[in-house]
Parts: sequence; C-alpha cells; structure tokens
Amino acid sequence: MTKDRMLDAIVIGGGHNGLVNACYLARAGLRTVLLERRPLVGGATITEELVPGYHFTTFSYAISLLRPEVVHELGLVEHGLMTMPLTTTFQPGWNGEHLLLGADSWENFHEIARHSPSDAEAARDLGRLLARCSRALKPWVDRIPPDITSDAPEELAARAELQEYADRLAPDVREMIERMMASSAAEILDEWFETDLVKAMYASSGIIGSRCSPHSVESGLVWLFHKLGDYDGVPGQWGFHKGGNGGFSQVLARAFEAAGGEIRTDAPVARVLYGDGVAEGVELEDGTVLRAGTVVSALDPRQTFTRLVDPADLPTDLVTHLREYRFQGTAAKVNFALSELPVFPTLGRREDIFRGFTNIGPSIGYLEEAFADCRAGRFSRRPFLDCCVQSTVDPDMAPPGSHVMSCFVMYAPYHLAEGSWSEEGPRLADTVEETLEEFFPGFRDLVIHREVVTPLDIERTIGLSEGNIFAGELFASQLFLHRPAPGWNQYATPIPGYYQCGSGTHPGGCVTGGPGRLAARRILADRALPLP
Amino acid sequence: MHRPRTTPFHERLAPLNETGIWKHWAGHLVAPQYQASLTQEYYAIRNAVALLDTSPLFKLRFTGPDARALLEQALVRDIGRCPPGRAQYTCWCDPRGFVEQDGVVMHTTEGEYLLTAAEPALRHFRELARQRGLPRVEVEDVSTDWGILALQGPHAHEVLGQLTDDAAPLRPFQLATTRIAQRPVTISRTGYTGDLGYEIWVRSPDAIAVWDALVAAGRGHNLTPLGTTALKMARVEAGLLLLGVDFQPSRQCWVDEERDTPLELGWEWMLRGRGGDPREFVGREAIEAERRAESSRWTTVGLGLDWRDYERVFVEAGVLPPHHELYAETTMSVYRRGGREWDLAGHIGSFLASSLLRRPIGLAKLPLDLARPGVEVDVEVTVIRRPCLVRARVEPLPFFDPPRRTAPVGRSAP
Repeated sequence: MTKDRMLDAIVIGGGHNGLVNACYLARAGLRTVLLERRPLVGGATITEELVPGYHFTTFSYAISLLRPEVVHELGLVEHGLMTMPLTTTFQPGWNGEHLLLGADSWENFHEIARHSPSDAEAARDLGRLLARCSRALKPWVDRIPPDITSDAPEELAARAELQEYADRLAPDVREMIERMMASSAAEILDEWFETDLVKAMYASSGIIGSRCSPHSVESGLVWLFHKLGDYDGVPGQWGFHKGGNGGFSQVLARAFEAAGGEIRTDAPVARVLYGDGVAEGVELEDGTVLRAGTVVSALDPRQTFTRLVDPADLPTDLVTHLREYRFQGTAAKVNFALSELPVFPTLGRREDIFRGFTNIGPSIGYLEEAFADCRAGRFSRRPFLDCCVQSTVDPDMAPPGSHVMSCFVMYAPYHLAEGSWSEEGPRLADTVEETLEEFFPGFRDLVIHREVVTPLDIERTIGLSEGNIFAGELFASQLFLHRPAPGWNQYATPIPGYYQCGSGTHPGGCVTGGPGRLAARRILADRALPLP
Repeated sequence: MHRPRTTPFHERLAPLNETGIWKHWAGHLVAPQYQASLTQEYYAIRNAVALLDTSPLFKLRFTGPDARALLEQALVRDIGRCPPGRAQYTCWCDPRGFVEQDGVVMHTTEGEYLLTAAEPALRHFRELARQRGLPRVEVEDVSTDWGILALQGPHAHEVLGQLTDDAAPLRPFQLATTRIAQRPVTISRTGYTGDLGYEIWVRSPDAIAVWDALVAAGRGHNLTPLGTTALKMARVEAGLLLLGVDFQPSRQCWVDEERDTPLELGWEWMLRGRGGDPREFVGREAIEAERRAESSRWTTVGLGLDWRDYERVFVEAGVLPPHHELYAETTMSVYRRGGREWDLAGHIGSFLASSLLRRPIGLAKLPLDLARPGVEVDVEVTVIRRPCLVRARVEPLPFFDPPRRTAPVGRSAP
C-alpha cells in the first residue's frame, strides 16, 4: 500500500490534466498518487455506457488542442492513443438549405460557391490565414507564461522575448490575431463573408462554451482559441478518440500506471494540509491522511483556492481576483442513443453527413436570439447545437446499425432567473428534441434513450464550478498572463509545495493537456529534476 | 472503343468511387481511393473494417505429383513446412540470389497450391520445372478464374463470422475452404495491413454474391471500401515491402545496384531452419555465400524520424510541417551521422507521416553497420526546395503490431 511508504507527489483530481500532470511526475521518478473523487478517472473527459452497448461522451466529445508534446513525451501512442478524423462539417439551414463541407478543399469551394462564389474564395483565404495565426500562437500556448507582477530579470527577459517574437510575425498574421482578441466574431465575419449561413458556421466556434454571442466582443478570441489545435497536422481540425474522449483518459491512466503511478478512485479530498504554511499532504473525506511534499490540484481555481485550502491563508489580491474570475457556465449536453441515423430531407439517407460536427445554428440572428434567452436567465428556446454521431466513425460506440449522438447545447445559463435546473433539465432536453425534429423530421421516433447534463449537473458530477466547461471563461481577462490570476499564472500557489494544473491555468480549457504538462515542468524545475 | 480490364467486383465498386479517380493495376481498373478522405479509409483498417479488391494480382495454380517438388526448388521458404490448410508468405529468386518476386502461397488441399504474384510468373515456373526435370506438375495461370477480397480491421471477424463459422478457428496464415452465401470460397487469415484480417478467394462468377454478403454483414460495423493508397499507408506501418517500390523484380533490372537479395530486403527470417533443409532452391548457393561472407550490400530496416526535429526544420523555414495524408514512394537519401557532412549511406523507399503513430516513418536500406535498432542517421527532407537533415533512428519492424493481428478470435455473436 502506498499509505505505508513515503509519497513524493499527490495529484488531486483525475481529469485529463490531472492525469497528464501525474504521468509527468511519475515518469520523472516521483512516487505519485492520483486521487479521484468519482469511481472513474477522466473528469470531463469520460465515456459511459449508460445503456448496454451505447457509449456516451457525457461531457467533452472531441479532440483538437491536445499538445503534440504531451503525446510524444508521455509515449501515449504505445498506450493506445488513436484519434480519428472528423471528415465533415454539416450546417443545416432553413427549408432544406445546407452547407456540407468535407475532406476535399475544391468540393468545399464549390459547395460554398453554391451560396456565394465570393464566400467560397474568402473561405480559402480565411482558412489559410487562421492556420497561420494558429501556428504563430503555438509558442505562446506551449510555454509557461511570464509573470507581469514580477520585475525579476528572468521575467523581464521572458516578456521581452515574447514581444520580440510578436514583432517578428508577418503583419497580416499579427493584425488578425490582434483583431480577434479585440473584436466580435460577427464583426470580423462581416468583412469576409456575405452569406448568413456561412457566417453562422464560423461564428459557432466563437461562442462554444462561453457566455457571449457572435456580436459580443469576447467571441473573436473564443473563436481563435478553438482554432489553435490540429488534427493530424491540419490546423483547426478536430478528431474523435477511439472509444470517445473517455478512451483518451484511459490511455493516460495506462500511461500513468505504466510509469509506476497509483490511481485511487472514490477518494474525495477534504483539504490540503499545510502546517507551517508549506504543503504536507492531503486529508481525504474519510479522514485518511496522505503525506507528500508536492500536492497538485487539478481542480478549477475556485476549488483549488477556496475549498481545498482556507482562502483566509491566501494573499488578498489573489482572493479578490478569484472572486471576479468568471465561471458562469452557459452550456449543457443532451446525449442520445438512436435506433437509426437522422435524415435530413433534402439529402436523404446519408451517413457521411454525420461524420463530423453537425451545427444547428443556421444564422447569426438565430444565435443572437438564443443568447437573448440566456441574458434573460433562461435556456434558449431555439438553442445552438453542436452534434456529433461518433458511432459513424467508431463502430464500437453503439451496437451495429444504431448510433449515439452527442449534442452540445447553448445557451443554458447556470443561474436561472426562474425555476431550478431539476425542473428545467427535462424541458431543455425536450427543446433540443424539438429543435432536431425541425431539421431532421422523425428524429423523435429514433430516440432510444437520452441523457441530460445541465450546468448544475456538470458542477455536481465533476466539480466544475457553475458548470463552466473550461474551468473559467476563455476571455482575454482570464487567459495567459491572467489565468487564473496575475502573479499566480505559473502553476505555483502562495503555499510552497502546492500547485495547480487544471484547465483554470494556462493555456486553458479543452482537451489540451497543456496545463498538466506545463505545471509538471514547473514542479520538476522547482525540484531541480530533469525536464522530459 | 477500348476499355480497360475490370475485376469481377467492378460493377459494385464503380458506384462507390466518390472521387471518380481510377488507376491501373496490372491493366485493371482500381480505385486509389473511394472517398475524399484517405485518412478515413486508412482508419477503417485500424478502427473498424475495410474491404479491398486485390483481384488484379496474378494467380498461379500448381497441381500434380511434382507440384511440391517444384515449389521446394522454386521458393525461398520451405513449402514442406506448409501443410494443407496453411499459407506462407514467400519469395523466389534468380540463380544469383536476387529476388524476383514475393507472394503468398496457399496449400489448399493435398497437392494443390495457389500462388499470388504481382508480375506474371507462369513461364518462369514452367521453365524451372523443365530445367529441374519435373514433368508431372501442371502450372496454370488462373488469374481470371478468381476474384480476391481483403477484409481487414479489428471488426473483420465480426463481419466474416456472420457468414461462416469456419473463419473463427483460423490462426494467422491458416486457411479454410468453405462457403459464403452458398458460394465456394477459400478464406485465409492473411493480409497486407498488419492488422486482423482475412483474404477471400471466390470464383469470378460468384464474386458479386460474395461481395454483397460481406457488405451486408458489414453494415453496422462501418465497413468501408478501401482504395490502394490507404492500403499502402497501412502496409508501411506493418513493415511490409512493396514490389515495384521497395524492390524490383530482378529480371526487370538493368544493373545489380537495382537488385536485392532476400537478406538485403531484411528477409533473413525466411531462411531460418535451413540447416536441416536440403533443398536446392534457385539462388540458394549465392544466398548462402552472401551469408557466410556477410557480403550483403545493405539490408532493409524501419526508420523512425524524430518528430521534434522534423517539426523544427519546417518551423525554422516558417512553414507548416506536412503530416496529413503524406505517403511517398520517392527516394529520400539517408546519411551517416558524426563523420563528414552529407555522407550518403542509403535511402528510404517508402515514407509515411503516420497519423496513428504521430510521426514520420520509412522503410529504408542501410549498410549493415547502421542497420541495428537504435542507430541514428539523418534523413534528407526537402523544405521549400532546400534539402534539410532530420534525425532518424533505426527501429525494429513492424512499427505497428496490434495483438489482435495474431490473437485467437472468439466465435461471432449471434
């Protein structure tokens, strides 16, 4: 038993960043235990067989931003990493109108040209520009950000280095990045495109998981953030992991155990122990005490700084920042088991249209209306949906011939003006079904089972405060130098030996592994251990 | 008007080809890819199940009391170790020990052998029978009598198991003569992907019925028609060489520099156990001499490129490192490290930026002193028209070898 021997490191929370962090620590030779409150690891990155044979990606459902460094440094391919391509984007419009984009760039050109030849050309140019922006930002994403509160020579040097790098970027790339950081997605899209359906397809990336509409100034950056990843080296593309996103967490769990780490599930942590102000270990809710000189929280900033430790022991500027740090979850999931694939009437029975993301959000106006409901404190009467039928790509997700469909739903504000999520949850699911029925007549008859995951469920089940899927909004005021707070954006905390590695740290949300990796680099550097 | 030859499956394949692109394989129309996404076809092999028409292969039938003796003397591997019900991956050489071709030989029933070949070989084997004084063997070209399908991927057995119980007991390189959709077929647990898979021989008139049965059984398993390009991508990961790319038939070559011996192709394993093997197969003497003198000019190994170094050369040039659907059959030079600059040592013949393995890999020919796992070399990669060196390491083949390839399969679910 680990209890009987001395531990070097304890990672609290078996979300994918906790797992990534734990893998690095174990591979560096630290005796590491990972503690997970739930019976399974993965946090928001899990797959659950809710109906026999039907595997649901309860929360997160696709992968793009996973850092290649994590894949290689942890040898994840040997442990079963396999992401498969999402070859289509399907954007239904009204009256059978649609955009169906696939793997062939010229086919895509002609498909968009059906709506507007100018938009088709713009899509090619914008695609290339966004790819260059994404590449340009890679050095920012994959490093520990500087500390703007410090005048230490190495911090000044780091800032100068980043500034110099920014100055060297091609002017059009730098301009576009600055533009996206300061403008709404809709404003930028208006300059590129003339067709509403095309604009709406792009705009969906600017609102995902965030309390903003395409016209909100924050949406440009949210859009840019979602383009920072790649699939198989193609910037901005997404993929499905074998066995759903939970399949990815299982890969990490195998890698961790192969490196000698120990996972304990059903092991909720009550608090971090730090007598004399230095981390000493943790106390579980059942009273068990585990001791280690390094304790890492993979939970979100609110839990890391106000639940696991006493905020009264923290500097006031940090506590103030955390109070202002916005969670405000606005997204829900409704996941379906389906007896057959839905049918889009003008395209007939086609499986290929579902081998990727299906975006329900046919116009900017539709998305704005959906957001108006959110502002009024209720879920959208006609929500934006980002749907994936993973079983069209991975036959092991559902029994032969039938399917699972993951629907990401916006908006669903955590704070409701009236009523509670326990009553509103089923109504939200009904609304999602009605919405899908409008685009795919007969959809309702295909439903074998549905799972509703409200923002409150997200908070209660996996502990993400207010159900924010990114462990805090991806707004400029909460990224890079500020994630989760200026001066505390380098994975350390005011308590020596206590670290943070969740999505509430740089680079942020999505299945990136970046926070887990960069936190490990910080921890290993502090212990003067060699970096991978 | 002339039309190219088609395979017995063509009327089913034609409407499936969404790209409209066809190419020729030994004078037959085949689809390099059926859909816009090669990657999707590729992942059907690794994640679901893919169905490929390999009918353009030449097929030879050997019968008669001297059939075994002919093959003993013709093939590098000992056909005596291939009892009825088994298949063997093998090759044959010219008298100087240079490889002519590779192929799979099936010992279907006592005294009957079926051999696949990429190039014609009927005359070659008949000639040899005459030279060796083996009159009681009949060698026939039965290429057009049969269609061949390859069913490859982790769900291959779940699909095939719905159609016959006789595939379940097959271990790798075993075969069964059975029926699918009431049509006689020969099924072998073989393939060119390095994954779980089967190859199915069917009489040409029955081809469509068997295709339809497989496609129907594959519904729900994401059965995907597979073009030749995705197949070739998978075979690089499996460490399988391709005639015409990684080696040339000796008789088609101008000079020895173009030729390879089995040892030079990394097929030393084919010669194992030859101590007690008295066969005087064509080329044996030369191959034994090469072994004794350790005079192989090179051997064939796997090379894994360092992903970070590969990224670096492109990033330094300011461009995106190419990965997606990058498969190449062009020669890439390999250099010795640590001595003088640009010290040419060998070359990569097949190159793949492997999506599954997340790094570029290649099948390379290197001198023996470099051909040990772990040895580092440099590979020449062109970055915006300039040659750049990328560090690579010799690796054991195959690059990818999932346990399911050789594991026993359960009986199919009802």
